[in-house]
Amino acid sequence: MTQKPYLHIPRPTARPGEVPDFSYLKLSDAGAVDRPPVTEKAKNIEYLSHQLVRVLDEQHEAKGPWDPSLDEAALVKALRYMVLTRAYDDRMQRVQRQGKISFYIQSLGEEAISIGQGLALAPDDMLFPSYRNQGLYILRGTRLVDMMCQCLSNTGDMCKGRQMPIMYQNRDKNIFSISGNLATQFPQAVGWAMGSAIKGEKHIAASWVGDGSTSEADFHYALTFAAVYQPPVILNVVNNQWAISTFQGFAGGERRPFAARGVGLGIPGIRVDGNDLLAVYAVTCWAAERARNGHGPTLIEHVTYRGGAHSTSDDPSRYRPKDEWAAFPLGDPMDRLIQHLIKLGHWSDENQTALEQETKTIVDDAWKEAVSFGTMSEPPFLDAQLMFEDVFKEMPDHLKRQRDELLALTGDTP
Amino acid sequence: MSQMNMIQAINSAHLLMMEKDPSVVVLGEDVGYFGGVFRCTDGLQKKFGEHRVIDAPIAEGGIISTAIGMGVNGLRPVAEIQFADYIYPGFDQIVSELSRLRYRSGGEFFSPVTIRTPCGGGIRGGQTHSQSPEGIFSHISGIKTVMPSNPYDAKGLLISAIESDDPVIFFEPKRIYNGPFDGDPDKPGVSWSTHPMGEVPKGYYNVPLGKAAVVEEGDELTIICYGTIVHVAQAATRLTGVRAEIIDVRTLFPLDIDTLKKSVEKTGRCLVAHEATRFCGYGAELVSSVQQECFWHLEAPIERVTGWDTPYPHAFEWKYFPGQQRIAAGIRKVMEAG
Repeated sequence: MTQKPYLHIPRPTARPGEVPDFSYLKLSDAGAVDRPPVTEKAKNIEYLSHQLVRVLDEQHEAKGPWDPSLDEAALVKALRYMVLTRAYDDRMQRVQRQGKISFYIQSLGEEAISIGQGLALAPDDMLFPSYRNQGLYILRGTRLVDMMCQCLSNTGDMCKGRQMPIMYQNRDKNIFSISGNLATQFPQAVGWAMGSAIKGEKHIAASWVGDGSTSEADFHYALTFAAVYQPPVILNVVNNQWAISTFQGFAGGERRPFAARGVGLGIPGIRVDGNDLLAVYAVTCWAAERARNGHGPTLIEHVTYRGGAHSTSDDPSRYRPKDEWAAFPLGDPMDRLIQHLIKLGHWSDENQTALEQETKTIVDDAWKEAVSFGTMSEPPFLDAQLMFEDVFKEMPDHLKRQRDELLALTGDTP
Repeated sequence: MSQMNMIQAINSAHLLMMEKDPSVVVLGEDVGYFGGVFRCTDGLQKKFGEHRVIDAPIAEGGIISTAIGMGVNGLRPVAEIQFADYIYPGFDQIVSELSRLRYRSGGEFFSPVTIRTPCGGGIRGGQTHSQSPEGIFSHISGIKTVMPSNPYDAKGLLISAIESDDPVIFFEPKRIYNGPFDGDPDKPGVSWSTHPMGEVPKGYYNVPLGKAAVVEEGDELTIICYGTIVHVAQAATRLTGVRAEIIDVRTLFPLDIDTLKKSVEKTGRCLVAHEATRFCGYGAELVSSVQQECFWHLEAPIERVTGWDTPYPHAFEWKYFPGQQRIAAGIRKVMEAG
């Protein structure tokens, strides 16, 4: 038989109008995956990259060796921040639709990752987020007003009107500035962690990219440098199945799990149920302890689903089934944590209604305060002179001249 | 004072800064144990250890991005890109990240990375070991670009670059690492010991960024150049007998326009020369700036002598290189015009 070269074009299992099909996702039962000691060598724990660490079972009970045994207060805190993140997203999505901000990106369905990992890491650990990690900023106490002002590019904008919405930063809380260029933060986090080791400090770094961004060279630089120097870093791949319209097969996810990309370099890779806050928390604690004690980097793949559109500029109904999220076997991370708390007797529908009302009020109040700093169409407006600042530490002469040229046109004074 | 070639001067700048500031770290391909393919980091790892002088994987994008992360963590990294021709895998990290971090974060974050990289031709490097991409990077907002033409400036400018809280790309014209080169490949090489700028203090000093140097004074013509071409222009001037004022811009960005202006206002004629390709090259900015500042003082169109708009060919290196004859022809043209 004559054989010819074959060009494989990956195809998602379902397109609009078709029945969602997640049979390609290999799942493990809750509690079924062994938890090795943090000192275990990478070569002995390759199974972690192919199995799926899960703690919460179908009955909403915590199972197995990865159960972090969080107490009621910790669980409620986690839920609270997940609900707050979702309430924030909901509001910002709507104000974008009203034309108040130019753009927005929700983290709907992925909240357990930012909140679970944020809770597992120490405040001095440095975070290098992607654009769907707003939960990290919220959890570490970035004021919602400040985040909203950033999205509004108003007089309260931390970025002084230079970045699109959602590109936050918070140096005081050790969270890096978000870039619009994908995966650039991944090797930067490795460099930060190398710096931590060079200085002999205990702080670790963590960074996040999506499944799609693993194709970028920066992802591979990060893994190579992490493998070579063994710095204290946690590298996270948030596999939400979709990179705008291309499913994770276009990043090579059909062949091997993203977690397995660490294995080839001798970096432990762990595949975790990204919608299971307890599992996310537990694997992050494991990786952090490993990093903090000189056992090097870990690559974590969070299996989750992008519940909303990629951004407000996207319409996923054109490329994936509308009911795909509802069919996702790992469910909704917030609902799962609620059900777990109810099962433990720590929570009720009434508690949830009250929390949602409370977070809605917090978000409403923050929005009212944020718009008092101006919007894109209502004053006060940012001073255009800010355009010329921070290009360099000190403004060079030619920028002063360009600034003055603008001011002469607008009639303002320096 | 002591005699140093440019490699020794660059090495000395590293040594002094690493002694002075424990946050200075060096990383790059072959920079550690081996001391760099051009020997610029020779002996540093032995003195400062493997944690401060780091041999890196062959991944320029990884070198620059990890340097950025180190800089955010309070270190002051000096990253070597082995040849400027290899810098492009790190282009996104330079353009989108390093140069804009302070701006995009409203001044909250910055990373004081210095990127050193040998550039330019005349060493039989062909099209992958001869490029002069300084114009590409001088076009980027938020990064400073430097190219010294002698050991004294190389050390002083590199010290300023390392001390700068703004990112700097430091281009090292490798043809003149070991001695000044007047553009004639048939002449025996000369060492820096024959040149006054080969006299370099052993201790600390700096040459400020953003200040051009008047290399030779003259009143008939201003020649604006940098790097290897400074020496070629001096030789070409002697061929023509024209009393040219030769200015070495040294820092390409920010450009010291005042020094250029003062000279062209005096001479009324201007020639711009560089080794890099012509179209949209750094010389175009020089011509434009001089024209804007000095138009009513100009007695002739400003002339440009550059590398041809082709890749740098291995076999025709000296036909590509803007040598003495081409610069002399440019000088005659600008002197005869008007």
